[in-house]
Amino acid sequence: MSEKKTKRRDFLFTATTAVGAVGAAAVVWPMIDQMNPDASVKALASTEVDVSSLTPGNTLTVLWRGKPVFIRRRTQEEIDEARNVKMEDLIHPEKDEDRAKNPEWLVMLGVCTHLGCVPLNDKGDYNGWFCPCHGSHYDTSGRIRKGPAPWNMEVPKYEFVDANTIKIG
Amino acid sequence: MSDHDYRPKSKLGQWFNDRLPLLTLANHLTDYPTPKNLNYWWTFGGILTFCLITQIVTGLTLAMHYIAHADMAFESVEHIMRDVNYGWLIRYIHANGASMFFLAVYIHIFRSLFYGSYKAPREIIWIIGIIIYLLMMAAAFMGYVLPWGQMSFWGATVITNLFSAIPLVGEGIVTWLWGGYSVDNPTLTRFFTLHYLIPFLILGLVVLHIWALHVPGNNNPVGIDVKKPSKDTVPFHPYIVIKDGFALLMFMIVFAFFVFYAPNILGHADNYIEANPMVTPAHIVPEWYLLPFYAILRSVPDKLLGVVAMLSAILILAVLPWLDTSKIRSAVFRPLYKQFYWILVADVLILGYVGAMPAEGLYLLIARVATAYYFLHFLVILPILGFKEKTLPVPLSITEPVLGGSPNLAAAKNKESKIE
Repeated sequence: MSEKKTKRRDFLFTATTAVGAVGAAAVVWPMIDQMNPDASVKALASTEVDVSSLTPGNTLTVLWRGKPVFIRRRTQEEIDEARNVKMEDLIHPEKDEDRAKNPEWLVMLGVCTHLGCVPLNDKGDYNGWFCPCHGSHYDTSGRIRKGPAPWNMEVPKYEFVDANTIKIG
Repeated sequence: MSDHDYRPKSKLGQWFNDRLPLLTLANHLTDYPTPKNLNYWWTFGGILTFCLITQIVTGLTLAMHYIAHADMAFESVEHIMRDVNYGWLIRYIHANGASMFFLAVYIHIFRSLFYGSYKAPREIIWIIGIIIYLLMMAAAFMGYVLPWGQMSFWGATVITNLFSAIPLVGEGIVTWLWGGYSVDNPTLTRFFTLHYLIPFLILGLVVLHIWALHVPGNNNPVGIDVKKPSKDTVPFHPYIVIKDGFALLMFMIVFAFFVFYAPNILGHADNYIEANPMVTPAHIVPEWYLLPFYAILRSVPDKLLGVVAMLSAILILAVLPWLDTSKIRSAVFRPLYKQFYWILVADVLILGYVGAMPAEGLYLLIARVATAYYFLHFLVILPILGFKEKTLPVPLSITEPVLGGSPNLAAAKNKESKIE
């Protein structure tokens, strides 16, 4: 084989391939992106919940963006239990004070961070939630304590619009 | 191959065949020389073709009545069951057909494992087969979502969430798969589209699978190469066609038993409750044919590693031709491999059993031991066995053992030449 010399034809070949690749990518991207959440799904961003009927020690489950949200009015016992846990005992260390600004109210996505099942109320070894699918135990602050789930249950953005209404999202 | 010089008898046939050699292909398939010692374990290729066609035909007819919408899917399935003429029959054939398909494919795969059908020169056939198997699992999973019952919904949630184990991009991928922030209508419509597409991809791969098979020809219970055509082979038609046909009839009896007498025994009662994103069923279990892999997933206490272990358990099969270092194909002549083979069969059955049980206590312990053994078999035992095992003498030809095969070569050859 003789030494390779860049020719006019090599340049044309490379340039054509490059333009072709960019063109192909430009066509493929819309095909991929059409599968992402559409405008109508994104539009359902927030929901308002009346919590006046909720008594301490009970949980209200509402649907937000297709997912259940747990609104728990905690008893003093549960709050104390959540706040007295040492950080080093936690798999995913988060202070209860950061998760529940108003200690009486715990608002979080009722979705197990393992594979997305809905954990059961007042179950498990830590008096909080228990996921029946693969056995994750959460405490009274919704923090993962035992089992395959890697993180605490997620706290969404929410605010009290007035004393009896929570706006999620 | 011998069919290159094939010429149709009729003038019209010749005219057509000169322009499109379809008749040459048909002749090749008819005359195709097949080892004469194939046993009934070899009939599952034909049975699987039957299963695929059954699923496509019943699926097409169901799609004429099914509505892929989160608000209507569950009702439309009940409409098929109650109102559509023979809808109950078509749906039960389709639903149980999936189970029958997997039953046949597992027998087909374990036949290959026993007789070493994945070894050179048949690696490509084997790898295409593994791809077909993966597509079958994808099709089965998405099909199970379509009735939009509780198991559909939560099965879809759990399986799609497997992708969230991927670091950094995992959550984004899951949202992309869902087309929303949870499994919902966009998820259902795309699953329906893909469920419709995949069987035709499988059909294409089946053509490649058979094409690749027809290059070296069938392996056989003795596992040695045969000269073809020779007195070691018989033409595919009528010999194998009749044998396959008989086996298919037996298989259809089992199939019909499930369809007519126990149509829901392989399913879950929870799937007759409409999908409810607020409540997870107490015990989520996949269909029986996915249980061994589900057990592997649950036996690893880490989310990412669990997913990796489950995928590896399937993908490890693709490299099996290179993990098994033994030159001898058939387990008949591998006394040690034969024992490990049956241990593996038991191991997979145990994994399937514990996959259906709650992941705790003794079940979890058994699942962990069985998972470890599964990988040990492929990654340690098979590579070492090829070097250490003392194999039995392999006969010279397929005909030899039939004639009461003697280890004495001269005597065997003498006997064979007498037949000629």
